[in-house]
Amino acid sequence: MADESIKEFEKLGQQFKDEEKILKVDFDKLKAGGFIKQRQKDLFTVRLKVPGGRLPIKKLRKIIEVASKYSGSDYVHVSFRQSIEISHVHIRDFDNLVKELKEADQEVASCGARVRVPTACSGCEYNPRGISDTQKFAQEVDKRYFGKPQHHKFKISFSGCPIDCARTRGMDLGFQGEVEPKWEEPSCIGCRLCAKVCPTTAIIADKDTGKPHYYPDRCIYCGQCIKVCPSDSWCVNRTGNCVRIGGKHGYIPREANTVAHLIPDERVFDVIDKTLEWYGNNGQKRERIGNTIDRMGISKYLEFMGDILKWT
Amino acid sequence: MDIDYNQTLDLTGVACPINFVKTKLKLEGMPKDEVLEVILDDGEPIMNVPKSVKEDGHKVLAIKPFGDRFKLYVKKQ
Ligand code: SF4
Ligand code: SF4
Ligand code: SF4
Repeated sequence: MADESIKEFEKLGQQFKDEEKILKVDFDKLKAGGFIKQRQKDLFTVRLKVPGGRLPIKKLRKIIEVASKYSGSDYVHVSFRQSIEISHVHIRDFDNLVKELKEADQEVASCGARVRVPTACSGCEYNPRGISDTQKFAQEVDKRYFGKPQHHKFKISFSGCPIDCARTRGMDLGFQGEVEPKWEEPSCIGCRLCAKVCPTTAIIADKDTGKPHYYPDRCIYCGQCIKVCPSDSWCVNRTGNCVRIGGKHGYIPREANTVAHLIPDERVFDVIDKTLEWYGNNGQKRERIGNTIDRMGISKYLEFMGDILKWT
Repeated sequence: MDIDYNQTLDLTGVACPINFVKTKLKLEGMPKDEVLEVILDDGEPIMNVPKSVKEDGHKVLAIKPFGDRFKLYVKKQ
């Protein structure tokens, strides 16, 4: 009897030591892995990676299972950047939680000074307005760049069209689908719908014929004229991506610089590679790329990027 | 310039996509080359229906303002 209680004590003691060991873990290191300390003692929020907001049902099921088991709350939270956060997880459950999520290939996101999980709208796959394949880009960016250490956090985002649901203006690097329209006169019936739908003044209907006058310098490449035209007079000349750099939210927000239009899809990764290279060489510790640009001047960045951002 | 038409369909107050479906059904019941006049509201209806009718293979002949609405003329193909 006595022996057994001693053993029991030993076990408890060991457990206590183990926990102490775990509890000494460097919180910053934990944060890099997507574990965020809560107000409550020893409780953490675990942020899960959902690139582009696309979550396979298989993973979702596993998340439900794991959250039910390890979360001290009865909800999960969908973050502003499309991650799923499991809250009130005790520090001692980290190992098991990560292991069990892995069974469905569900990974934990990152925080800290690194390339974050890319965000994206649903894109052109089924969205009628979409121009670019944002989901393809987001999954590829996740594969190639996720977690790479930087001077500060680095957020990449993809919008399928100039409505910009994925808020590329507030991202360190953003891409947004664009289409350049082309007008062919013979089929035009002068219905004026294109001038009516154009969100800028890039199309003015002729007073007499109703046919469009096109002013390319005011065009935002949204493709609404192509979409509305009932005679296929407006058609696609080319599609591509608008590139935005240096945006951020935070205490002191900064709107991104739009540095290129209609960059072809196959150049998107060159733009990312070269931008990260420039930031790596010129940024300072704890400085977002938008602040690097403010400090050095946008022309320095553009010079370095060279032909990659040329688009006419 | 007035356009000759064979049938008319008033879709005032009919929302998308019901307005398009009604236009489509009407056209299906008409002989080839006949012209249908459709009265459409401003906003979504006038932006959506002409293109959809075109994508269904018919020919949009003209679109005319009609008070605060529009008249669409479609030739059955
Ligand atoms: S940005 Fe454009 S394509 Fe993407 S969800 Fe918004 S409207 Fe749709
Ligand atoms: S693409 Fe958009 S902005 Fe450009 S002309 Fe067409 S409707 Fe206007
Ligand atoms: S929408 Fe098409 S058919 Fe109508 S005026 Fe414009 S180009 Fe011409």
